[in-house]
Parts: sequence; C-alpha cells; structure tokens
Amino acid sequence: MLDYFQRLGERSLSMLERLGRGTIFFLKVLMAIPSVLIRPRLLISQMHSVGVLSFSLIVIAGLFVGMVLALQGFYTLSDFGAEGMLGVMVAASLIRELGPVVAGLLFAGRAGSALTAEIGLMKATEQLSGMEMMAVDPMARVIAPRFLAGLISMPLLASLFTAVGVLGGHLIGVGLLGIDEGGYWSQIQAKIDFQEDVINGLIKSIVFGWVITWIAVFEGYDAIPTSDGVSRATTRTVVHSAFAVLLLDFILTALMFGDI
Amino acid sequence: MPLIKIKNLHFSRGSKVIFDGLNMDIQRGKVTAIMGPSGTGKTTLLKVIGGQLKPHKGTVEVDGQAIHQLRNKELYQLRKKMGMLFQSGALLTDISVFENVAFPLREHTKLSESMIRYLVLMKLHAVGLRGACELMPSELSGGMARRVALARAIALDPMMIMYDEPFTGQDPISMGVLVQLIRLLNDALGLTSIVVTHDVREACEIADYVYLISAGKVVEHGTPKQLEDSSSEWSQQFMKGKADGPVPFHYAANDYLEDLIG
Repeated sequence: MLDYFQRLGERSLSMLERLGRGTIFFLKVLMAIPSVLIRPRLLISQMHSVGVLSFSLIVIAGLFVGMVLALQGFYTLSDFGAEGMLGVMVAASLIRELGPVVAGLLFAGRAGSALTAEIGLMKATEQLSGMEMMAVDPMARVIAPRFLAGLISMPLLASLFTAVGVLGGHLIGVGLLGIDEGGYWSQIQAKIDFQEDVINGLIKSIVFGWVITWIAVFEGYDAIPTSDGVSRATTRTVVHSAFAVLLLDFILTALMFGDI
Repeated sequence: MPLIKIKNLHFSRGSKVIFDGLNMDIQRGKVTAIMGPSGTGKTTLLKVIGGQLKPHKGTVEVDGQAIHQLRNKELYQLRKKMGMLFQSGALLTDISVFENVAFPLREHTKLSESMIRYLVLMKLHAVGLRGACELMPSELSGGMARRVALARAIALDPMMIMYDEPFTGQDPISMGVLVQLIRLLNDALGLTSIVVTHDVREACEIADYVYLISAGKVVEHGTPKQLEDSSSEWSQQFMKGKADGPVPFHYAANDYLEDLIG
C-alpha cells in the first residue's frame, strides 16, 4: 500500500524536475534565437525539412477531414432542415477547433518525432559534443533553428489544413450532396467573424506550435544516447505533445469561446 | 611551463567517485599518453580538460587559464585553440567530408571561399584523404572517418589535440596510419598531443611521456622506457598485459573445493 504512494510521489517529483529542466532549456533556446536570425540559411533549410515536407500530409488530411465533416454534417443538419448551414458548420469547426488541433496532432507525429529522433541521434553519435569542443554552440546551430522553424511552420500548416478542409467540404457538400453553392460561401462570410474565429484559431495554432516544437526539441536533447533511449524519447514526444495540445485546446477554448 | 596543469582533481558521477586527487602535468610540444584499465574515467578526464565537465574540487589550468572558472565566451575562445578527436569521429552526418572540415573555418573565420577551399584541401592532404573530399560520412570506413575528424580538428591550427581512444577497433594498417599521423602532426605543427588509450604498444611507440591512471589517481608516470622497467607490480602487469597479478584473474569467490563438493 505504502509502496504505491511512494511510487506515485517519486513519479510526480521526477515529472516536476523534468518540467523544470525543460523550462531552463527553453530559456537557453530563447537566448540563442537572435543568432539564428542573422543566419537565415539555417532557418530556411529547417523550415523546409519541418514545414514543407509535412505539406502533403496536411493537405491530404485536411481534404478528408473536410469531406467527412460535410458528409456527417449533412445528415445531422437535414434532420432540422438546416442543410443550408453546412458551410458554416464545416468552416467553424475547422477554423476554431479541428484546424489547429488535428494539424497539431499530425505535426507532432510527423515533424515532432522527426526532430526528436534527429537531435537524439546527434547526441548519441557525439555530434553535439563535438560541436561544443569546436567552440560552436549547439543551441544556436542545431536547436534554435529547429525550434523557430516549428514555431513558424505550425500556424501556416494549420491554416492550410483549414483552407483545404473548407474546400473539401465544398467538394462534398455542393458537388456531391447538392447544397446551394452561393449559400455555402455566403453563410461562411456572414457567420465567421475574423477577430472572433480566425484570429483565435491562429492564436491556438501558434501556441500549439510552440508547445509541440518545445517538447520535440527538449526530448531529443535530453534523450539517453542509446537506440533504446532515442526510441523512448520519440514516443514521449508524440504522447506528451498530444496531451499538451488537447489540454491547451480545452483551456484556450474555454477562455476564448466560453464565458469564463 | 606545462600547457596543462591538473592539481588535486576530484570528480564524481552520482555516488561513483571517478577522480580522487589526480595530479598531472602535460608538457608543451610533446605527445603524452594517458593509459589505464577500462572505466577509469579517461574520457571523463578529457571532458574535464575541455571544460565540458566541471571538477568538484581541484584546479585544471589550460595555457595558464583555469578552464572551469571561465565564462562561456572565454571558454569558447579557448576551445578554438583545442582540437578533439572523438572515438567515433563525431562527423556531422548530413554534410560532406569537405563541408565537415570546412565547418570550423566557416564558423570562426571570415575567410573567402577560395581560401577555405585551399585550407580544407591542405588539411585533407595532410591526413591522406584529399581524394575523398566529396564523399558523405556514411560512405567512409571507421578509420577514414577518424582521419577526416583529425583533419577537422587541425583546421584552425590549434595548440593542442586530444585523442579519445584513437586506436580502438582498427585494422593493423589503419592503426599504423593513425600512429604515424599523430606523431607526424605533433612534430610538424608543433602541437601538444594527449592520447587516451589502453593500447600499450602503440602508445609507447609514439609517446614522449606516459601517465597510468587507476582508481581515480595517477599510479605511475614517466617515459615509456621508465615504465617498462618499473618496479611496481601493477604497472608491470598493465604494461606487459599479464593475465594475473595485482589485478587478480579470479573474481572473489569461496574456496574452490568447497564450491564443487560441499
């Protein structure tokens, strides 16, 4: 019995310790960011690797999510004779929730795990240590560019996801199910408020980008430098990012759209 | 004046004591070998000298500066004058051999591209790998990777190079090449070389001075000849590679007869 409490306490303490180390790590990354901005080549190559290579995944996922939303939405809305609102339903769901969250989860799985594995392997093959001995700060050269790249790419990918999703909804709703095209777009125009919906969705995606990339980069840097260690770190990145995204989504939604 | 002065070094990892009052002087312009059984913390010693780890007690002076007390900027300035060869080479795997050797030049100097090209090709030529400059690290053999790492370590013409187990796992020819390169570069470039190894034969071939470490302290030190003629039994067992001696063959166990019959 006591054993259980002891283990619980130990786990909580080690979690807090990790959080502390992660925060100190994040502050070090922040301090290294100015040196990245004067060397745009590094940043651009990382943005290609983190953002551009996630492009097809996000577009295909966005398309299908939009299409499924339209399909399911149509049947539910027709019960109330409200098929004409399909456009708003699809657009609002995507802009406010599904865009940032689903794109965030996909980003964590694709780009987050890749970042963790790459940095973890660099640590395991002593490349980070080697850089330190060559008087090159690995924070500025390796970590900070990747962090900035993730932070910039995530909102862009989330917006792309949303846009393609709305188009996918249009494809199914107007193309397949026969909703009025003019109605689809004009409802969106009328009901979606730029400040309330679009900006809030963008803020969410920026916060998610920050958290996911922070977790991915920290787990890689903190990984035990063996093959088992790197694999565990990659798993932790995806799992913790997912938890963080969903938790933050709830908090942000409550703050932005609720009455709290 | 010695290039590196280590006085009363104490260092532990968790509860394990690694160094317990280590004293060492590394003379300029010489090849110094640091030898000892596996796990005595020889690599840790290199990391302490390089400032990656801070000693818990004692001082480490490199070129007159206490390296563990330097602030980041000064530490990085000092590191530019140090070269380190890791056991695995530690080349950056996403760029070519040429780019790897050019890395320190691009990071720390503002030389033009043509100057960098000259320097990189010269350094690669010194280690015999000028023809491999377009290959990627994944296409190199272990020995070749180490030679490229060596070319990278001398790119900024440092005052000293530290070699972490350079002879481990090499075939006789690569070993011969590395042995010759270490001595040649040391004399030709006026470097100070520190070689951490447990290959007694190779180390004695090129070293001017040898330190034997065990249990966190220096057990003995001297020229290779002095160590070979040493009166200490432990040193004799280590240098000659005898199976039994002060370090026993048998792990502590009960009486043999009792174990079998009783």
